[in-house]
Amino acid sequence: MNPPQGFALRQVLMDSERLGRTLTRMAHEIVERHPDMDGVVLVGVRSRGFPLAQRLSQRMREASGVAPAVGALDITLYRDDLTTTVATQPILKGTDIPFTIDERTVILVDDVLYTGRTVRAALDELVDFGRPARIELAVLVDRGHRELPIRADYVGKTLTTARDENVQVMLQEEDGEDRVVLLEKTRKAAAAAKKKAPVSRGKKQR
Amino acid sequence: MSLSQRHLLGIEPLDVKDIQAILDTADSLREILDRPIKKVPALRGKTVVNLFYEPSTRTRSSFEMAERVLSADSLSIATASSSAAKGETLIDTVRNIEAMSPDMIVLRHASSGAPHFLARHCRAVIVNAGDGAHEHPTQALLDALTLRQKKGRVKGLKVAIVGDLLHSRVARSNIYCLQKLGAHVVLCGPPTLVPPGLDTLAPVTYDMNQAIEGADAIMMLRVQFERMTGGYFPSVREYHVRYGLTVERLRRAKRDVLILHPGPMNRGVEIASDVADGPYSVILDQVTNGVAVRMAVLFLLLGGAGES
Repeated sequence: MNPPQGFALRQVLMDSERLGRTLTRMAHEIVERHPDMDGVVLVGVRSRGFPLAQRLSQRMREASGVAPAVGALDITLYRDDLTTTVATQPILKGTDIPFTIDERTVILVDDVLYTGRTVRAALDELVDFGRPARIELAVLVDRGHRELPIRADYVGKTLTTARDENVQVMLQEEDGEDRVVLLEKTRKAAAAAKKKAPVSRGKKQR
Repeated sequence: MSLSQRHLLGIEPLDVKDIQAILDTADSLREILDRPIKKVPALRGKTVVNLFYEPSTRTRSSFEMAERVLSADSLSIATASSSAAKGETLIDTVRNIEAMSPDMIVLRHASSGAPHFLARHCRAVIVNAGDGAHEHPTQALLDALTLRQKKGRVKGLKVAIVGDLLHSRVARSNIYCLQKLGAHVVLCGPPTLVPPGLDTLAPVTYDMNQAIEGADAIMMLRVQFERMTGGYFPSVREYHVRYGLTVERLRRAKRDVLILHPGPMNRGVEIASDVADGPYSVILDQVTNGVAVRMAVLFLLLGGAGES
């Protein structure tokens, strides 16, 4: 997959092998904290948090013998910028949590933790489905620049980034390949952005 | 994803892409109706006025439900209890409503073209909830959603639309919608209830047995007694014999035929009770899908900040 318009590849952060090892480590950390795996369920934030949650579940089975149930969360309807800044409606992919989350330990899974606004929306949506005993957060990449008091419990890789950079997670299930890359704004795009105030696009900025 | 139109005035001006976007969005949104808390904050702070100049239970409550689920603030005005009963014109009523700056007006009116008139004179987004004998777009969309859900597709299906075609806005919207999605539509009704020129849109037959022969779905239309000024057929009994959907007649359709009816039903007139309550009937699925389709329309027309 090519970088989105206005961005150029700066660095490959993870290849397929490294991504696999990172997920295995995160799965072990989750199992370590919940040895009996009692009432643990995974909920992945669409799009890429969901396949990540499925992979974590599989690796947790290898580590503990129990594969936790996996649900998918589409946070679009809970975004705080839906009627103010998003120019056109993002495509809805739908929420699908085919189990109760009451009294469970829900581990929320997403690919990149940035401003924290996605996680805020996800927490609001989750509590509309029930009252979990506990909610934890697992992310593949934490790139900093939080705008809300939110932190992750399990982190694949912590990264210092500039705001005009972009972390792109590509997964076999969604993009046809496994790769995590750091992108930077092309000079042309950066100059154009300086001229006029940044316009938010339909897609999440990361 | 957004629609090519700012208003939903009818199915005729929509692209196939628009129709598919609405159906796909409705599919994603339907799940909310099964949640313990049936409410999402998507349209917080948006105001919708439901302005109904004709009696309606299903459509109005369905719009109200959709508005509440998406957290829009809504206000319903039924004309029996409004200033229209005192002789206020449509444009005056709407100018007064507009002074309260609603984001959307959902209009049901007895005159064809009333929503188009409002669209020319208002800043608000207009949704047609039925105008005269012209169009009823959300009904056609929920019918298409029900067919797609039950059959997996609409393309290639044979759909018979049977009954009072003369007074039916549902029929007209459905003809446009089903044909755009690639279904084969056959129309059927007594000659007195088929408006001249309708056969330019789809083939018309006066023989019901022929219309439902091999049909994948049959849409029964309500006999709209309240709009009838003269005698369109000799008796209700004769209508039922010639154009009523009965168990015996149903055998001519495909084995997995679906029966749709936009409601309210005249049992024993256009549809026999054992068919309406039978295994092929998807009439109550239509009602659930109605809420999902209206949520999709609200979301696609009101979500997003508009052009920026």
